[in-house]
Amino acid sequence: MIQVRYFARLREELNCESESLEQVADIRTLMKQLAARGGKWAEFFAEGELILVSVNHEMADPGVAITDGDEVAFFPPVTGG
Amino acid sequence: MSRAVVQSEPLDIARVQDGLRADNPAIGALVSFVGLMRDFNDGDQVSSLFLEHYPGMTEKALDAIIAEAEQRWDLMGVRVIHRVGALKPLDPIVIVVVASAHRGEAFDACEFIIDYLKTRAPFWKKERTGEGERWVDARESDSEAQARWKE
Repeated sequence: MIQVRYFARLREELNCESESLEQVADIRTLMKQLAARGGKWAEFFAEGELILVSVNHEMADPGVAITDGDEVAFFPPVTGG
Repeated sequence: MSRAVVQSEPLDIARVQDGLRADNPAIGALVSFVGLMRDFNDGDQVSSLFLEHYPGMTEKALDAIIAEAEQRWDLMGVRVIHRVGALKPLDPIVIVVVASAHRGEAFDACEFIIDYLKTRAPFWKKERTGEGERWVDARESDSEAQARWKE
């Protein structure tokens, strides 16, 4: 299993803070799976949408592999400082 | 004390500066950047701001940015303190303080750190205006500011 977390606008509009999902091969596969839920999910996880992702607290690209027990997070571009 | 701190309490700028240079007579320059909350953004009055972050990742991301600055420049101390939670106009949001023997390195490293923080550290601003609440969008100019350090 993997832990998937959502932040800021994503968390609010998807109405989901965190969930446990079956492990998949990589980020790209996970994003396709989330987009297939339809509605807002399809909008946020459509290919080409500007969304950032981290694996175990490190920024990651869609090609990064996922291992069992990983924490994956999705969020909009950051606006701190 | 950790070099990067995320806190909901107000920032004490003088205390951070004094703490960094304390008892080190080799330091010849101390450069600080303080980011403040403005009361106007994208054409609207803003009455308050809420800063969300990703606990666990934020501290790591800030530490990584500081480590990168220390590789590029010869520094004698760095502190980055960022607020989260509810803020009001006039409140300091972030302070970056860099100490070095001479000013050139401290100026450059301080600007590098805030440019990277703005595009890499997982913070998100939500502001309240007369129309209600809205998430602040990332700015293209921030990505451009970060990109110029890449050569």
